[in-house]
Amino acid sequence: MPRIDGVAKVTGRARYLDDIDAPGVWYGATVRSTVAHGVLEAIDLDPAFDWSQVAVATAADIPGKNVITLIEEDQPALVAVGAPVMHVDEAIALVAAPTKELVLAAARAVKPRIKVLPAVFSVEDSLAVKQKLYGANNVFKQFMVRKGHASDADFEAVIAGAAHVIDSTYYTSPQEQMYIEPQAMMAEWRDGRCYIVGSMQCPYYVHKAMKPFLGCGPEDVVITQSVTGGGFGGKEEYPSMLAAHVALLAKKAGRAVKIVYDRDEDIAATTKRHPAFTRHRLAVDARGEIVAIDVDCVMDGGAYLTLSPVVLSRGVLHAAGPYRCPVVRVRGRVVATNHPPHGAFRGFGAPQTTFAYERQIEKLADYLHEDPLQLRKRLALRSGDTTATGQELGFSVGTDEVIAAVERVAGPAPAREGTGPNGSPLRRGRGYVFYFHGAGFTGSGESRLAGRCTVARTAGGRYEVRSSSTDIGQGAITIFTQIAAGALGVDASMIDVVDPTTSLVPDSGPTVASRTCMVVGGLVEKASKALREKLDREPVTGEVAVTMQYEPPPGIHFDDATYTGAAYPCFGWACCLVDVTVDLDTYEVRVDRCIQAIDVGKAINPVIVKGQIEGGTLQALGWALLENIVYREGKVANANMTNCIVPTFADAPELETILVEVPYPFGPSGAKGVGEIPMDGPAAAVANAVEDALGCAFDAIPILPEVVAASRPRWS
Amino acid sequence: MKLTLNVNGDAHVVDVSPWKRLLDVLREDLRLTGTKEGCGEGECGACSVMLDGEVVNSCLVAAAQCDGRTLTTVEGLSHGDVLHAVQRELVACGGAQCGICTPGIAVCAAHVVDRGLIRGKSEADARQTVRELLAGNICRCTGYQLIVDAVVAAARDAK
Repeated sequence: MPRIDGVAKVTGRARYLDDIDAPGVWYGATVRSTVAHGVLEAIDLDPAFDWSQVAVATAADIPGKNVITLIEEDQPALVAVGAPVMHVDEAIALVAAPTKELVLAAARAVKPRIKVLPAVFSVEDSLAVKQKLYGANNVFKQFMVRKGHASDADFEAVIAGAAHVIDSTYYTSPQEQMYIEPQAMMAEWRDGRCYIVGSMQCPYYVHKAMKPFLGCGPEDVVITQSVTGGGFGGKEEYPSMLAAHVALLAKKAGRAVKIVYDRDEDIAATTKRHPAFTRHRLAVDARGEIVAIDVDCVMDGGAYLTLSPVVLSRGVLHAAGPYRCPVVRVRGRVVATNHPPHGAFRGFGAPQTTFAYERQIEKLADYLHEDPLQLRKRLALRSGDTTATGQELGFSVGTDEVIAAVERVAGPAPAREGTGPNGSPLRRGRGYVFYFHGAGFTGSGESRLAGRCTVARTAGGRYEVRSSSTDIGQGAITIFTQIAAGALGVDASMIDVVDPTTSLVPDSGPTVASRTCMVVGGLVEKASKALREKLDREPVTGEVAVTMQYEPPPGIHFDDATYTGAAYPCFGWACCLVDVTVDLDTYEVRVDRCIQAIDVGKAINPVIVKGQIEGGTLQALGWALLENIVYREGKVANANMTNCIVPTFADAPELETILVEVPYPFGPSGAKGVGEIPMDGPAAAVANAVEDALGCAFDAIPILPEVVAASRPRWS
Repeated sequence: MKLTLNVNGDAHVVDVSPWKRLLDVLREDLRLTGTKEGCGEGECGACSVMLDGEVVNSCLVAAAQCDGRTLTTVEGLSHGDVLHAVQRELVACGGAQCGICTPGIAVCAAHVVDRGLIRGKSEADARQTVRELLAGNICRCTGYQLIVDAVVAAARDAK
């Protein structure tokens, strides 16, 4: 089934926030900090400027609490006079005006005065508490996973008894989501109620944040998602900030106000993937079996806590990889710095630790002189094995299927040496990875969320799916329609998926964590089946609605205190092959071939699933080779699309995607999460392939041409 | 200044600053919001339109440059419910996800197909040519694979 919103999108009829007609709307703009750490002493308004046509808002105007409520309440919507400034481009004041020209002039006429304090830009300086930024020790959150040992001494004894230990530290860089529609939001107050509409993944996150910020009840603020031009995690938490800003400006201006970020502002001020340092020790016995894994991951959380604890959690829970190992210790810490807050991005901590463990496995293959794919096959988790948290794997473990799928199509590796069309010498290499990704919220998260979804037959005889899951391009509307039509036994044209508006749909949980199809789609299926039974039992007129709430599959329990148990209801499994060519004159690395075989449980819409996998794959290849955020004194130095590059059509290889289906018995038709998994593995596959080509290790990404050039003395 | 524009076959007269971006003239003065702004600096291609038959980034074109000229935007590719071949194939092949880059890609792809720029080429050559000709349009959702499929299929349809 082609996507339902496809025609609206290819004809330009789909209305994104900035396309919505809003007569009399004023434009908002944000006055931001130019320093990374300091104290806001005053906000001066240029007396020479004509302020009569402009609304100005500062922290003093906030009706409720000056916080963006998420996991904690440490982040203000606007820095108050006398309060700390924690990062460059932090919001200090807001202005709104009837024209774009006037609002930009007004923003320039607002002059914050900031007393500068020394700032912290590295995780080392943060851990050394060079400046106290958060709590007593600057650590936002830490986790410890232990398997097969009671104490550090026990653990070190196992390491000491190993035949060989591979010990390396890996670095993965921050990454910009680079959705093509910048952040955009509009608010208007009518009859004392605040109506907010905008580009977002999670309407109920915004709703939750607006209640304390506006000091109002749940009925007094209504959040609507507009057609959203990409998210990838970047529109998970940040839209709450933007919503606060437009709500405040609309109140101050007494009319509708919208803010649409410039690309430069969006790159500079909004969240990115957490940069991470991961030390990994991989200990093997004389037979080449893994006897212990030790991981210590430190992430830079930036200036506020935002979603860092849960990003770290996922990173920690994936850090030992999908390999059999009796003794595991994983330590994770996310620390405060004066960078703009890092946050959600597809993969959510797992790509960082996956890069580390899949480089380690490659080094083990090298040490053992074993074929890298056969080694992975030998060590991989299968049904009956236990993960690092002691979760015994049962159903839906596609290890053998995904590896076999890649083996079938791989063919011989390309010749190592060659000559380019312009005569430049070339080296070629091949890299493999095997990896997994936990589907749905971590640990007890899904049970705590208790997401709900309603399916109704309306009085008019049509069917409605009411959920807060947003379509951000991943195809939620189409998938929900297919699931509901199938379960109800009606034609897809009879189904309407209601636009997410908090006054019309229940809280299905956020649109994140590869959970929309698997978890919320599962609720759509259950509610549709129950509705069908109800309608079959008794003929009723008028609206009939059934609401379902998430219940964990039997036997799925996680202990948050000890970090043991079933971290996820199931995992996706994946194997990826990458062939690269390195140009020895230009030092450019090109991906010639990329195969991803991914166990998705069941592809409800194979074209949409393929598109998800390929999009995630290219984001991972970009992260490995060319995407780069350059921070200078806490400011993004390349905050524009000319210098902050992402792959183009010409950079992308032909992508080979193999859908593998090992059903998850508790997902709709057997489906499990697919959105994030393709992001986790390919970066390590690229590094493994470049190592194969040049004969030296690459333990940090991105592998830019200048990195390849600097590695020249190490080539073999 | 007063400008006369022929947009998608209709004549328009607008009175705007000569420095106004063509993108803003289309979106604000003519309310043709299918053309999108992704970066405002000519990198992403979301604002691509045809100016006298050539593809331009409308964020980099001043209104004054357009007087008396002919424009085609995404709204001009389809006629009622009849889609251009590239639009039809973008839907069929899954080449649109979030859709914000899609109008720009549809305009460029229509240019490639209507000019016959991949006509007669082998499948591999056609795909490579599409990748080169569309390199000014960034899509963050698809990995491009299904868009290339769509453009090649549209060219085949057009034969």
